Amino acid sequence: MSKARVPALGAEGWFTEEGGAALVGSRCATCGTVSFPKSTFACPNPRCAGTELIDARLSATGTVWSYTDARYQPPPPFVPTADPYVPFALAAVELDGDGLVVLGQIVDGVTVADLHVGRRVELVVDTLFADDDTEHTIWKWRPIPDDR
Amino acid sequence: MTDDVVVAGAGMTAWGKWGRNFVEYGVEAAREALADAGVEWTDVQYVAGGETVRNGYAGYVAGSSISQALGWNGAQVSTSYGACASGAQAIDVARNRILAGRCDVALVVGADTTPKGFLAPNAGDRPDDPDWLRFRLLGATNPAYFALMARRRIDVHGAAPEDFAQVKVKNSKHGMANPRARYRKEVTVAEVLDSPVVADPLHLLDICATSDGGAAVVLTSAHKARELGIASPVRVRAVSTVTPSFPNTVIEMPNFATDSSGVVAPPPRTFMDSIAHVAYEEAGIGPEDLSVAEVYDLATALELDWYEHLGLCAVGEAEKLLRNGDTAIGGRIPVNPSGGLACFGEAVPAQAIAQVCEVVWQLRGEAGDRQVEGAKVGITANKGLFGHGSSVLLST
Ligand SMILES: [Zn+2]
Repeated sequence: MSKARVPALGAEGWFTEEGGAALVGSRCATCGTVSFPKSTFACPNPRCAGTELIDARLSATGTVWSYTDARYQPPPPFVPTADPYVPFALAAVELDGDGLVVLGQIVDGVTVADLHVGRRVELVVDTLFADDDTEHTIWKWRPIPDDR
Repeated sequence: MTDDVVVAGAGMTAWGKWGRNFVEYGVEAAREALADAGVEWTDVQYVAGGETVRNGYAGYVAGSSISQALGWNGAQVSTSYGACASGAQAIDVARNRILAGRCDVALVVGADTTPKGFLAPNAGDRPDDPDWLRFRLLGATNPAYFALMARRRIDVHGAAPEDFAQVKVKNSKHGMANPRARYRKEVTVAEVLDSPVVADPLHLLDICATSDGGAAVVLTSAHKARELGIASPVRVRAVSTVTPSFPNTVIEMPNFATDSSGVVAPPPRTFMDSIAHVAYEEAGIGPEDLSVAEVYDLATALELDWYEHLGLCAVGEAEKLLRNGDTAIGGRIPVNPSGGLACFGEAVPAQAIAQVCEVVWQLRGEAGDRQVEGAKVGITANKGLFGHGSSVLLST
């Protein structure tokens, strides 16, 4: 029996796999400001009192604003996926057209040596960690081949 | 014109790792500051504490915990929290209390005792807490956020890991002359580069430790200082506790994303640039007037960012300033003559107050072998997580 795939605790509704992987933020119906994670009860624009916030699919591609990695296992509530621990990379990515930078892990097998500021990446939904019967999913960034 | 608020006394424990109750460090620092000012504890009318989140209720009410330990004196009290900026908030509260004529003598105190290793969130599943979420969903530790900024310096401004190491070398030299510093040992570029990488491009020796320590200042009105016989006290010229302006387009710890600039254009000044700017504006003092600066070098590369945020040089020129020796003692504008966090490690609620103590000693000419010759104007700068700017501008 295959494991159930569910968004990791805390990230429910933050991304979707329907129609391709994408982050789901919010868009203010009054001024159009987008935010991620979603604004749920107030628009972050200080000159807007909008309270109607609609789910908005964000761009699934962008350019690396900066990047790093985690050479040592982060403390809990981080859940390691391998023993011994295997380092992973992180990137802050400027989304195409949405005017914001979003942090995410980089997919397994890609290291900082494969990255540079300006590198083109795309969003994927991947496993954050798994337990006996569940795969807990999260968004990650993957370099776009042939688009340096 | 309002009467100046002055620093009548400064006190600070040595920084280290002893695991004692944070209140002990607070009491030690407070007693030193009171003795330095020539003020009796029973004459203090107001106590402003910096909160520590790691010590249960006693930490949440640090102003009162330290007051009780000194012996209840009937003073009025507050406790402020702004993460690393907590101390600046406490200074701001006490200063405004004096400016408003509500008291003459205030004690500002912060102290902490810290755990080993990475700073981690409190235990238990807390998916509503962005600090819990960034560890759970991203594994993004504090050094990871520092490293994102460091990487920008390399890829965008042409910095080298050697430049970051050079900040540590400079600060370790400064700290050798500071009896309160925890690490008092010369460090070489090779030692930094040979230390393990924690979060690329930052090595273990690029990143500050967490420490135990306490710091305190006694603030009084200028009038009260004259009564106390203090001839030329250091004056508090401005305090900045500024928050970001929307949209904040630089990723901030512990956030997952920046604000969007899709609808509203970014403000003319970034959040980091606004921290000192607010202090400069209040005081009518500019970066060209500074003799000394104490900045928050959580990581070596972040000290370089601060050179630019304080206006000591143009964007992208911080490495040049460092390489010229301008920010070393003896240079044009020494930064972190105390040795900075590189030599102290971070004791969160005490740190912004400790920065002020160092500038006070520099402006009084009492900094011994780390004295910046003829220092007249000094600034402190730091930033607390969740959008807390912190800067104090002082002058003779
Ligand atoms: Zn709006």
